[in-house]
Amino acid sequence: MRYLLRRLRHGFLLLIGVSILAFLFAALAPGNYLDEMRLNPQLSPETVAALRAQYQLDRPLPVRYVAWLNSTIHGEMGFSFAYNSAVAPILIVRARNTLLLTSVSMFLAWAIALPLGVWSAERLGRLPDRLLSWGTATLLVIPDLPIALGLLVLAVKSGWLPSGGMTSVDYQALSPLNKLRDLAEHMFLPVMALVLSALPLLVRHVRAAVSEVLNAPFLLAAVGHGIPRRTLLYRYALPAAANPLISLFGISVGALLSGSLIIEIVMSWPGIGPLLLESILARDLYVVVGGVLFSTLFLVLGNLLSDVLLYFVDPRIRSESSAT
Amino acid sequence: MSARRSFANWLIFLCVLHGIVFCAGFFAPYDPAEQDRTSPYLPPMRLHFLDMQRHLHLWPFVYSLKLRAGTFDQYEEDISAPVALRFFVKGARYRLLGFLPCRLHAFGIENGRIYLLGSDAYGRDQLSRILYGGQVSLLAGLLGAGITLLIGTFIGALAGYYGGWRDEALMRIAELFLALPWLYLLFALRAFLPLAVGPLQAFFLIVIVIATVGWARPARMVRGVVLSAKKRDFVRAARGFGATDPYLLRRHILPATSSVLLTQAAILIPQYVLAEMTLSFLGLGVPEPMPSWGNLLSSLQQYSVLVSYWWMYLPAVVMVPFFLGYLGLASSLHQRGQPYKMESPALGA
Repeated sequence: MRYLLRRLRHGFLLLIGVSILAFLFAALAPGNYLDEMRLNPQLSPETVAALRAQYQLDRPLPVRYVAWLNSTIHGEMGFSFAYNSAVAPILIVRARNTLLLTSVSMFLAWAIALPLGVWSAERLGRLPDRLLSWGTATLLVIPDLPIALGLLVLAVKSGWLPSGGMTSVDYQALSPLNKLRDLAEHMFLPVMALVLSALPLLVRHVRAAVSEVLNAPFLLAAVGHGIPRRTLLYRYALPAAANPLISLFGISVGALLSGSLIIEIVMSWPGIGPLLLESILARDLYVVVGGVLFSTLFLVLGNLLSDVLLYFVDPRIRSESSAT
Repeated sequence: MSARRSFANWLIFLCVLHGIVFCAGFFAPYDPAEQDRTSPYLPPMRLHFLDMQRHLHLWPFVYSLKLRAGTFDQYEEDISAPVALRFFVKGARYRLLGFLPCRLHAFGIENGRIYLLGSDAYGRDQLSRILYGGQVSLLAGLLGAGITLLIGTFIGALAGYYGGWRDEALMRIAELFLALPWLYLLFALRAFLPLAVGPLQAFFLIVIVIATVGWARPARMVRGVVLSAKKRDFVRAARGFGATDPYLLRRHILPATSSVLLTQAAILIPQYVLAEMTLSFLGLGVPEPMPSWGNLLSSLQQYSVLVSYWWMYLPAVVMVPFFLGYLGLASSLHQRGQPYKMESPALGA
């Protein structure tokens, strides 16, 4: 348990560090939202100055940071100039959508990558394996953006799937079952783009990890005992190969988040990505900081999840943490 | 194929590709900003060898395109007017590799304009724009990776060589940078820099932003190598003879990092080209008149363009061989790093 607590503390410190870093960048930045207002002839300089004081933009950086921390504890995360409201409520809706998209893609990508990687490792060096290796290499060199655009073209041309957004216009009027179907239809394209961009790396790692284990003496012994192939692969080999894969899971969360940033924007999925772009263009500082922070939070949670998994899968970590 | 051979092959492959792009002026028939407002979204012209009478021509030729009667965006070939393709023609002035003034182009036609890869909304030649855009994107990747490796080597050497609190502090910061999803970090950093700047300024801004975001990983790898290298006997011997720190670093320790740096470069360059592309695609990077692979693709954000004009998608296709080359280079370098790792067949084979 101490191990998990340590990881938790580590994640928390990371979040604090990231927020300080983001604020530092923000402080170094020339210009802010009010500068654009100043160009507006209808606003008097006094009004702008008053707004400046109200948003505390005239205070030194540490003071602003503490004020922001305070508002974060109260569940506001600062103030959005463009939306004229607290940041947290805006972000949480978007973050929920991003979480939905990435978690479904994550699940699907792993659900495909595991059997495919094991299947390929079993046939290491033979034709099916080589074909698959070529396939993953091809996917690996095609960036997210063209994949997303290509899928979009297919969707628009064929007309089978909605080409953007998260729900149809008449979403509210639909029955619960139809609501689910509508959501699934809208999710299909972005999820597919994310899965396709995440898949090659996962398959390659699964293949490498499993093929290494397949040479181990204990598996040869198991073969000698006449244990069936399927049991052998999934009950004996895969758990033994799980360790690096679980670490990979933590890392792949980060890659998936970066990928979803682009894909959300291209496919107009109302997640953090489009909001971030919008607020960058509007110089809406606290929203940018909040968006970056939320993405870090997801990453920390992903890593924590992989730590917990590792704790349960690997007895060495359990004994290590109880010893110290 | 041995790792060394495959490394050389990939390197040659990449050199050829980069050579074509960096000599864009020669291979592109036109200047990337040259407009022809009368022919927007012209589809790619086809090279013909057979004419209408089925006579074979040794010299390829094209038909100029004309609007199909009754339409406003459908073009068809004007078979009454074949135009022969000419090689090594004199055309628009450009500077080869940025400094040699030159007028020679690889190919062109006498009258009218040739669009082998179609034209964009302003009637600019897509082929020329892809080639010139490649210059910008690849240069951003190369420069960015260079700067990142410089920063990474400096910080990694500092942390690994001196150790102590410097090491502790620098590696904590590195962890911070590694923990963030890097695209978000890139966005955040870009968010706090001025948006409306000239193309050249924007280019350097982007390069610097991309380069500063990625320093943590190479720094950590360099630190690892330096840590092990400084304990080697020959380094200790040199220190015993009174070698100074800068001399030791330069002469004995940093050379050991070269293979790590090379592998990192092969990984970072395509990643940075992609970063530039992403930023420019979203309008946060290199702005219009200057073409880059990212802002060439950005017209695809309009559904009408995405669906109707497939040749606007070509910059994305052109990128792929470059990424393939870098992937091959990185994996052959990786193989060279661990020559004894054998792949053996699976159980029961």
